[in-house]
Amino acid sequence: MKQPKHLFSWIAAGVVTLALAGYFTSRLLGEDRIVFTPGAMTHGHYQIELACNACHTPFAGVKQDACIECHGARLAASNDSHPKKKFDDPRNADRLEALNALRCVTCHLEHRPQQTRAMGVTLPKDFCFHCHQEVGDDRPSHKNLAFDSCASAGCHNYHDNTALYEDFLVKHANEPATAAHPAVPVRKPGDALRASGMRGRKPLGLADQDAPAEYAETKALHEWATTLHARAGVNCRDCHQPKDQPQWIARPGHEACNRCHESETKGFLAGKHGMRLAQHLPPMTPALARLPMQPDARDRVLGCTSCHGAHAFDTRRAAADACLGCHDDKHSRAYEGSTHERLWRAELSGAVSPGRGVACATCHLPRTIHKQDDGDARIRVEHNQNWNLRPNEKMARSVCLNCHGLGFTLDALADPALIADNFNGKPARHVESVDWAAKRVSQPSQGVKP
Amino acid sequence: MKSMKVVVPVLLLAGLGAGALASAAGITPQSMADALHMVLDTDRTVYTKLIVNRLQNEEKVIKASEHWKEDKALVLPAQMFRAGAEMTHDKGATFSYSLLSLWPVNKQNKARTDAEKQGLQYVVDNKGKNFYAEETLGGKKYFTAVYPDYAVVPACVTCHNGHKDSPKKDFKIGDVMGAVVIRLPLDG
Repeated sequence: MKQPKHLFSWIAAGVVTLALAGYFTSRLLGEDRIVFTPGAMTHGHYQIELACNACHTPFAGVKQDACIECHGARLAASNDSHPKKKFDDPRNADRLEALNALRCVTCHLEHRPQQTRAMGVTLPKDFCFHCHQEVGDDRPSHKNLAFDSCASAGCHNYHDNTALYEDFLVKHANEPATAAHPAVPVRKPGDALRASGMRGRKPLGLADQDAPAEYAETKALHEWATTLHARAGVNCRDCHQPKDQPQWIARPGHEACNRCHESETKGFLAGKHGMRLAQHLPPMTPALARLPMQPDARDRVLGCTSCHGAHAFDTRRAAADACLGCHDDKHSRAYEGSTHERLWRAELSGAVSPGRGVACATCHLPRTIHKQDDGDARIRVEHNQNWNLRPNEKMARSVCLNCHGLGFTLDALADPALIADNFNGKPARHVESVDWAAKRVSQPSQGVKP
Repeated sequence: MKSMKVVVPVLLLAGLGAGALASAAGITPQSMADALHMVLDTDRTVYTKLIVNRLQNEEKVIKASEHWKEDKALVLPAQMFRAGAEMTHDKGATFSYSLLSLWPVNKQNKARTDAEKQGLQYVVDNKGKNFYAEETLGGKKYFTAVYPDYAVVPACVTCHNGHKDSPKKDFKIGDVMGAVVIRLPLDG
């Protein structure tokens, strides 16, 4: 009687094992591999958590190059204060034993929601101590400061200190809260044309359109005829049926935009709106977002035209109204009625000069100045929100200082309540770094003899 | 100094014009470090004298600034030296070099290892002499050479003596202001 009983047990175990193996194999080979993720990912990566190979190399873990491929350009642009090459020097070998600063994952472990803090950092807050324990000897103002306060007080960042280093603080001390002539850089139509390589074409009108006959009297054509595209000589088939395509494409994707707007598309694909597309995942929708979104926008699909419109390509609508069509968090809702919004509406109506208004894109998709080899400077819109989003002091130089003093800026960026209220009011917090830097310069330390 | 086998990039040797050394049997770590230092020191002196001191102090046509990019100014000689060290590292060099001092403007450039501390003090106390040692860092053995770095033009002393972060403000032309430290791996 015993033999059949064991036989049934073995058969049952075999069936269960085969079923589990089949299930996990199908998940591993399929698109939905969420069952394998060991924990929720950070705000920076959760959109692409199913693109495991974006970070993981099979049987080799997370390689440093995977981090650098996406984050390297920003680190270089910010003159990273703690680059890998600083720690490669053998003289820092003892420091590496305390903290392996050669690898991003030493500080930024993924899938660890319980221990992940701001900026995706998973180390204890006082990690600066390992190398900077003697800071009080050179900076009396820093004596007895807790090492878990270095980065949390609006004073220092591990990577980007372009608006926080001492000489910069001194240079911008005593600036008024708002500049006498506040304005952000304004794009010239020629900037986009030069960047796209489309200069020299004949301007087009409705009579010149080359769409198939069924589109002859559509609203889309009339919208197109009013745009810079038409003025720049960009016809329907330039986007809908470029030379390498045998058939008319009804809804061209970002690939079509990329032909002329390469840097903008690159930024879009690196940012929160397009990073899923960059990893060959289905596009981002508000339903997938962690931030509060408008309920009726949940199923919108994010691409270039979701903000710019398919034919009007109204950059002014894309700069604010398009954002508010989806985003429904407190900061976004407080934009309406804010000083920034009033200035933006005034700019749209022509009541103030271009550059005075502050739309959502003014801060989150900032205009960046690019020097060309011919010495000319072009202004581009950085479509990667991550470029200056976190830590928010990254926004100080790229955006805030166009209009505000550094002291006011750092105070405002350190005040979470003011940020949530979309800067309606004055900062309730004060970052002392500018005061300390100015004081140190006015009372320099005495030299010492060898 | 006992002769030892040192890992030496052949291309580097060619680039440094050290072909004679390369073809000789048994290059010592010291002779390799000395050759490297001769090139590094010469290049930086040329930059300091012909570029920075001439254009900033004599002709007064452009300034040199620690924040050279932002100020649209010349790179400081120490920064030029460091940038070269970093670029050399990026190219895969197995050796490393740095500019350190007992009185560094940037506190990260003070002596850290025992050999650096001994060497920096030695070149200050024994003007004109170099310091050589072997040390183990991170489990790897290195040959470490320390060469005195002199104030060669007025720009050196005026900048350091006037810098708010300089612990010493009475440098004179000809003084040892710091040292070039070159480190060669001995373990292959």
